[in-house]
Amino acid sequence: MTRIRFQQSLEGLKENLLVMAGLAEQSIQRAIEAYRVRDLSICDLVSRSEVAINRMERDIDQAALDLLAMEQPMASDLRFILSVIKINADLERVGDAAKNISERVRTIDQLPAAELPVDIPRMATLSADMVRKCLQSFIEGDAELARSVLMMDDAVDAMNRSAYKSLTKLMEEQGHLAPQALSALMICRSLERVADHATNIAEDVIFWVQGADVRHHKSVMAKQAAAAAALESAEQNPKQ
Amino acid sequence: MGVGIEVTNLNAWYGTNHTLQEINLNIPANHATALIGPSGCGKSTFVRCLNRMHETNPIARVTGSVKIGDVDIYADAKPVQIRRRVGMVFQRPNPFPTMSIYDNVASGLKLNGYSNRRVLDETVEQSLKKSALWDEVKDDLKKKSGASLSGGQQQRLCIARALAVDPEVLLMDEPASALDPVSTSKIEDLIFELKSQYTIVIVTHNMQQAARVAEKTGFFLNGRMVEFDSTHKIFTNPSDKRTEDYITGRFG
Amino acid sequence: MNTGQRTSRTVWRAVADHGVTTLAILATLMVLLPLMAIFGYLVYKGASSLNLDFFTKVQKPPGEVGGGMANAIVGSALLLGLASIMGVPLGIGAGIYLAEFGRGTKLANAVRFTADVLNGVPSIVMGVAAYAVIVSPHVSWLPFLGHFSALAGGVALGIMMIPTIARTSEEMLLMVPNAVREAGLGLGVPNWRSTLSISVRTASPGIITGCMLAFARVAGETAPLIFTVLGNAFWSVDVNRPIAALPLQIYVDALSPYDDWHRLAWAGSLVLIVLIVAAVSLVRYVTSRGVLKGAS
Repeated sequence: MTRIRFQQSLEGLKENLLVMAGLAEQSIQRAIEAYRVRDLSICDLVSRSEVAINRMERDIDQAALDLLAMEQPMASDLRFILSVIKINADLERVGDAAKNISERVRTIDQLPAAELPVDIPRMATLSADMVRKCLQSFIEGDAELARSVLMMDDAVDAMNRSAYKSLTKLMEEQGHLAPQALSALMICRSLERVADHATNIAEDVIFWVQGADVRHHKSVMAKQAAAAAALESAEQNPKQ
Repeated sequence: MGVGIEVTNLNAWYGTNHTLQEINLNIPANHATALIGPSGCGKSTFVRCLNRMHETNPIARVTGSVKIGDVDIYADAKPVQIRRRVGMVFQRPNPFPTMSIYDNVASGLKLNGYSNRRVLDETVEQSLKKSALWDEVKDDLKKKSGASLSGGQQQRLCIARALAVDPEVLLMDEPASALDPVSTSKIEDLIFELKSQYTIVIVTHNMQQAARVAEKTGFFLNGRMVEFDSTHKIFTNPSDKRTEDYITGRFG
Repeated sequence: MNTGQRTSRTVWRAVADHGVTTLAILATLMVLLPLMAIFGYLVYKGASSLNLDFFTKVQKPPGEVGGGMANAIVGSALLLGLASIMGVPLGIGAGIYLAEFGRGTKLANAVRFTADVLNGVPSIVMGVAAYAVIVSPHVSWLPFLGHFSALAGGVALGIMMIPTIARTSEEMLLMVPNAVREAGLGLGVPNWRSTLSISVRTASPGIITGCMLAFARVAGETAPLIFTVLGNAFWSVDVNRPIAALPLQIYVDALSPYDDWHRLAWAGSLVLIVLIVAAVSLVRYVTSRGVLKGAS
């Protein structure tokens, strides 16, 4: 097989990205655990990981740039490197989100405990699950698995929206619980972001494997549905 | 203006060697089409079938049809007539060594009987301008021989010579493979300019070059045409695995 | 030891290198020296006899002093002109056929073989053959034939030129790169036109050299002239009559018992060589004027 060195470089790039992915996934798990058991030492671990994640992001970007410049990759190689660069950025954001959650945990720890009408652990589990699945799809080049991740995003969005509603209602009714509610809201938002990033990673995997650009698929499908509905109503009401 | 080329069931032999097998493709007018493939895949043979140059080899044989515009170049025309409509630029620049720059560019016209001085002067100037060589040689047209120019200039001279007979199609067999990167860029820019007036078919070993200049690309392998599609598709997401293997360099 | 071996091998190589170079120089000198010696001797023996009379008057009868070889010089020029008119077009034509159109055919192989054989035929045999075909009384019923004449000499010399010109033309044409031919064909130029205007033109320096080689060779031929032109003591530029020729005149004069004629023979030899060199140089000069800057 020709271009052995290039093949090895691509393998190396994939491995490094997976190491970074492992760190990011671990950070999220730890942040959720910290929230669950209110253990501040875990927060420290998350902070330290974030430094490592940022450094790896820079290294991976540099390696990808070098491959683009030196090897003139084509077709699937080109799509792979492009998706590595994008997944790289999303993973770094996941790391950031984990850090934000752990910061919120520190804040909450200072506040008096409160009963909040949101199921953060469940949302956390779902988001973490999405991250695990999208990384699995990247490891195996499995576009179907990636597509299933896209479907899970709706659930997380819905949970976030209802969390917003119930927490704002709580803040209106019981103003003294506002600090706790706000922290919880911010944690929900971070979890929703994690789910978004997992969705992005899944879309990049599909692009790499199939060469299909399925970004913003929801908005595209929504527009198509709206157009179809408008056409139907126009046919039914010719006078308008 | 250029014309389209329609190739149907083209087969070519050199003696008993079946060099091209069942080639079918449509080359669009006023576009650049690139042909890529490993050495010996038949792409050069194919291009030489388009202006019947492969016939200069006595053991060459062809079946099938090639229509340039609406003329079947094998059934309806003679080789000499076809070669006046289909120009060719070769891999190594080959200006006529004993002729001046002016005579080189005018050779196609002069050797076909045109002798009007004014027409020749104008054609030489136009052709050299079209091939982006005019400014560099306009003072030495009759004093310098074609062979005294640099490699890149010689190739542009050959392009001017081919354009001087006003062809509709321009065939280029690895035109920049013997040139340095700067000359190569100049030739590629030139192809871009010429596309609007001529139909260009370019054989190249350099995939990046194909990607830079051509709208459509065909991949040849072992005498067959494996895939023919828009350049964008071929280089980002080809349909055939053999194409993918070739362009990612995983051949062999 | 390794370094020791290397040193001795290097030394041996240097010695061999210098040795062979010296041998090459010596060989060249051995070729040039006789040439220069001959020329020098000719100048020594003949230059004193060069005067205006030599170039304007004909040979005087034995016993009378003076006279020259004017008629022989003119005669040679005429003969060589006739030979060239016949030999150059036919020779170049044959060369074009061999290189461009007949490549690989049996006819071409036969032509080439014939040319090589002709090249090797001794010039006296050529002369005898020309006698039999042109001069002998048996063919006197045909116009122009049946007697000694300048035409016969021109034909004999021309035939001798053809093989040399044909073979060198073929070689020169074969050296024209295929790329140049293809460029011509690619422009839609018919094959014959491409051959003449492009291939021949590209090969022309070499073809001209071939013609000059043949010219220089036949300019000095004497044997064929003995049987064809016979020689003439008087002024004549009639193609149909015997004519004087410089080599022939030198031959006759050198073998004669008269000192005065010997003197003329030496002068004639010198003039012959000088004229050949001058003719060749002139052709070179004229053709190089047409060559452009940078063209090969």
